[in-house]
Amino acid sequence: MISYLLRHLQVFFYTLGQLARAPIASLMTIAVIAITLALPTGLYLLIENVQRMSTALDGGAKISLFLKADIDDTAAAQLSKRIRQALEVATVEYISPKQALAEFKRLSGFGETLDTLTHNPLPPVLIVQPSATLDTPQKLDDLVKRLRTNVEVDLAQLDLQWVKRLHGLLQIARRGVWLLSVSLALAVVLIIGNTIRLAVLSRREEIEVIKLVGGTNAFIRRPFLYTGLLQGAAGALAAWALVSLCLSLLAGPIGAVADLYASNFRAEGLGSYGIAILVGVGAVLGWLGSRIAVGRHLGSLEPR
Amino acid sequence: MIQFNNVSKRYPGGLDALKNVSFELAPAEMAFLTGHSGAGKSTLLKLITLIERPTRGQAIVNNQNLSRVTRRRIPYFRRDIGIVFQDYKLLHDRTAYDNVALPLVVAGVRDKDIGRRVRAALDKVGLLKKERAYPIMLSGGEQQRVGIARAVVNKPPILLADEPTGNLDQALSDEIMDLFHDFNQVGVTVLIATHDHRQVQRLGKHVLELKHGEMINDGSPRSIS
Ligand SMILES: Nc1ncnc2c1ncn2[C@@H]1O[C@H](COP(=O)(O)OP(=O)(O)OP(=O)(O)O)[C@@H](O)[C@H]1O
Ligand SMILES: [Mg+2]
Repeated sequence: MISYLLRHLQVFFYTLGQLARAPIASLMTIAVIAITLALPTGLYLLIENVQRMSTALDGGAKISLFLKADIDDTAAAQLSKRIRQALEVATVEYISPKQALAEFKRLSGFGETLDTLTHNPLPPVLIVQPSATLDTPQKLDDLVKRLRTNVEVDLAQLDLQWVKRLHGLLQIARRGVWLLSVSLALAVVLIIGNTIRLAVLSRREEIEVIKLVGGTNAFIRRPFLYTGLLQGAAGALAAWALVSLCLSLLAGPIGAVADLYASNFRAEGLGSYGIAILVGVGAVLGWLGSRIAVGRHLGSLEPR
Repeated sequence: MIQFNNVSKRYPGGLDALKNVSFELAPAEMAFLTGHSGAGKSTLLKLITLIERPTRGQAIVNNQNLSRVTRRRIPYFRRDIGIVFQDYKLLHDRTAYDNVALPLVVAGVRDKDIGRRVRAALDKVGLLKKERAYPIMLSGGEQQRVGIARAVVNKPPILLADEPTGNLDQALSDEIMDLFHDFNQVGVTVLIATHDHRQVQRLGKHVLELKHGEMINDGSPRSIS
């Protein structure tokens, strides 16, 4: 009777031990995968947000159209109207030579000296603010070229240098994130591969028995593949949670900075499409890792 | 049902475990495989189940030439052979029921059929009441009967056993051997490797005796030394 109870207790603790051991092991794996995937995901979000922020600031990039000196107020107004109707611009502001001179006097402090000029040397100017839909330097460049084709325009100028540089940097960063992603994806495959390898080895007796009663390799592989797939997907979900947490911690400071620039820019998370891709990638990597690990070890686990 | 023609097996390392072994078992025949320790009994059974491959010679099992059974086909080939081991080879984290169900599960049998067939097999070995028990809660004889139920649950035409009573006392051995005899009575071809001459004499079946890898006797129990 006592030995019977003892056996029961043994089974009980054995089962309990298995339950307690397995979840912790898989939680650890999931945590490692989460951190591994969170890194490229976070960097990707950073780049996307900087890109969006630079676009928001592109709004500040104005195009100055210096018109030919013989263009009078009416002609300038007509041109301004044409531009507003035909092209993707937000606003067009006209500064007549008179206004320009007045402003120059006020700002330069050369007031009296300039009074001695017999005629106004300043050209009429249109200040064009591109529409927000023009979100790349390329599109802005195209707009400038089209503005230049107007006969009234003498010179069209857009200071794009800093925008171009930023976009160039972002391009490099994006490529860097890609390379990082590839190597970290490899890391995920190896992590899961190793976990599954240990799982396979710890169940070698079971695998041998299954082979002896006619189980195919596919049958033996299946639970391991599911384990890898689930761990990968769970790791990806946890990575998303991690990134979201970081983002929510940064939301306050980012909002404060954006307010300083009178911008309503707010950092954005992955979005449901992005989450789906992340989880899908995690699942595929997990599946791949376990497929490789099981494939490598199944052959060596023939019954003896 | 099982036919060996001049089969030899040399293990890597150069040891000849079987030398030019020939014998034949007719369908529904029952035979004992005897011989000293290291004579090659387990090796012969491993060749039949394709755990090992013959080095030379031809073996035909269940109408299939073993040299033609590819690696991919081995699982399907094994589903027609029930195997019983001296150390039972039960899975200790599964109940008796789940252990017996394993061959059906791997063969993709439907759940409702599994229940019926597992209970029929457990009933046959007299363990219907222990279906929820884990192997650790069963005696050696009971564990071996679970092993036998697992071997016969998908009604294979061939049943092999490697020293199935090696760890059991006389009374339990008798029970186990009688079970094999019962399966033989309903048409299963049975081959049992054993040291136990008492059982060989008691059941009076066809005897194959190996000595240092050679088949030195193929006949009735009386011919055995
Ligand atoms: N995998 C192996 N590699 C090399 N030699 C082996 C291997 N398996 C068995 N042998 C050798 O082959 C010979 C026959 O072994 P086998 O296990 O077939 O004997 P047996 O008749 O089953 O003995 P026992 O009654 O002790 O179980 C032995 O000498 C053994 O050492
Ligand atoms: Mg043996």
